[in-house]
Amino acid sequence: MDQRIVTAVIAVIVVPALLFGYIQIGEWALERIPRRIAARMRPYVWVFPAVAFATIFMVLPTINTIFISFQDARGNPVGLDNYVFFFTNPETLTSLKNNILWLVFFTAFVVVLGLFISILFDRIKYESVAKTAVFLPLPISAVAASIIWKFMYEYDAPGRPQTGTLNAVITAAGFEPVAWLINALTNNWALIAIGVWTSVGFAMVIISAALKGISTELLEAARVDGATEGQIVRRIIIPLLMPTLTVITTTMIITALKVFDIVYVMTSGAYGTDVIARQLFARVANSDYGRAAAVGVVLLLAVVPVLVFNVKRFREQEERR
Amino acid sequence: MAVTTQARRGVAAAQLGRSRLLRKLPLHLTVSVVMAIWLVPTLGLIVNSFRTVPDMNASGWWTALFPPAGFTLASYEQIFRTPGFVDSLVNSLLITIPATVLQVVIATFAGYAFAWMSFRGRDLFFIVIVALMVVPVQMTFIPVLKLFAATGLAGTFIAVWLAHAGYGLPFQTYLLRSYIGSLPREVFESAEIDGANHAVRFWQLVVPMSVPAIAANTIFVFLGVWNDLLIAVTYLGQSPNRPLTVFIGQQVTSLGGNWQVLTAAAVVQMALPLLVFLVLQRYFVRGISAGAVKG
Repeated sequence: MDQRIVTAVIAVIVVPALLFGYIQIGEWALERIPRRIAARMRPYVWVFPAVAFATIFMVLPTINTIFISFQDARGNPVGLDNYVFFFTNPETLTSLKNNILWLVFFTAFVVVLGLFISILFDRIKYESVAKTAVFLPLPISAVAASIIWKFMYEYDAPGRPQTGTLNAVITAAGFEPVAWLINALTNNWALIAIGVWTSVGFAMVIISAALKGISTELLEAARVDGATEGQIVRRIIIPLLMPTLTVITTTMIITALKVFDIVYVMTSGAYGTDVIARQLFARVANSDYGRAAAVGVVLLLAVVPVLVFNVKRFREQEERR
Repeated sequence: MAVTTQARRGVAAAQLGRSRLLRKLPLHLTVSVVMAIWLVPTLGLIVNSFRTVPDMNASGWWTALFPPAGFTLASYEQIFRTPGFVDSLVNSLLITIPATVLQVVIATFAGYAFAWMSFRGRDLFFIVIVALMVVPVQMTFIPVLKLFAATGLAGTFIAVWLAHAGYGLPFQTYLLRSYIGSLPREVFESAEIDGANHAVRFWQLVVPMSVPAIAANTIFVFLGVWNDLLIAVTYLGQSPNRPLTVFIGQQVTSLGGNWQVLTAAAVVQMALPLLVFLVLQRYFVRGISAGAVKG
């Protein structure tokens, strides 16, 4: 316990003091050197911690991992062997296939449901209460959400009382209980559903904010002109929300590619539910570094289009400033 | 004549009111179903956490809604006696607080410099930061694990503080730069005339004026680190310093069919985020919208 008291003290006192001290000492030193040089040095003093952290923990390791992907577990060069392994091994291929499933359907469900729910809730008086309900899973960790959903998907043999919520509902309707997490037809969808359940609130908050920005006069004018509600949604609301929907789509694509927690807790990747991020984690934990690195590089290549898109969009925004 | 018209109008209005309610009924029904889908799973867990494990195995959580409910704190008593649980709960706090402070303070320094100082390499640095926001952290695990092993930091709190800060900084810097950059220019000009140095300007102008953004980011980072599994399990998976998420995750995997004992642990794990969310919902929502709409 001693050691943890020391840690607590560091946590509460030393870390903030170091950060405060860094800037105070930096500025103190800058005031003691010629003004011209100080003016040129100052910005670097302020950005140094952020740039140093980004370099040490992200830029250099990412480059290093690319090199490791061309080596075996002991560090000998093996050319493209790890990539050949990735695209021929059944385990990694399953995880690749599942990630594509996540990418397409998780993203689509979150965006479509987010849009549907925002438009729906926009039409009721108790909107904020309804929104809180959908938003509630957002601060819940994927670990806790997985325990929550284990009770939803719990399976008991036919004839026994069903303790899982979903199986209780379908057996009450006269169907046989389903082993949602084991059955290959349902298990990936069951996991994707958990992801959707936790993320729709995020999409809803953002879409709903954008929806409030659409002028009511415009919508009234369309109604007066005899447009149906369906036409208004398709021809006016969706086109105007397009930039927002794009942002959510890219965010969800990244989330889908990185999905880890839900699969780790629910199935540990068993029964054909594995994903790339869990494969990588398992291989890192087993010190299978070369192959793990190759898995990482595949993941990185998958996010490159989004990365390029984000940088382009950022530059456009900067030009408009 | 006038009377009949009025009567007719009254009947028409009543019909209209009823038909409007009828027309709106599918809407309210759909809304209720949506709300139920998003509330019921969590409700199920919370109800079950107050039942015994044999009860959980014998019948669904909904049976406890009718008497005899048989509510008990047994699951909570048991989990607090389980070796490692209390430690991991304390660890979660010891990890989250410094990791959050590091990230937000350093990002605020950098956000100020990127927004209000011009220097060579600024645009390039910032584009790298924008790019890093989507780079999967998994890409860095092997070299960073080796780095921690070489520096003797493997399995320590300091290692996860630094790792969290490194991974979170690009996004935080991005958010704080856009907020601090939107502060009025005149404020900085008058400070320039007063001859206030940059440290004074930062603590007395930038920080107080950026409180909404800093608060939103702090909540967001705090919840992100508190809820993190991947980074903690990678760097602390084999360490006594593991946080609650790792404890629960590893227990689920090792307990197999006996995972129901973890219901109370899951409720404890999500209690703090839910409390923060319910109390500070406005900041939380703002943090999300700022990140997405601008980002």
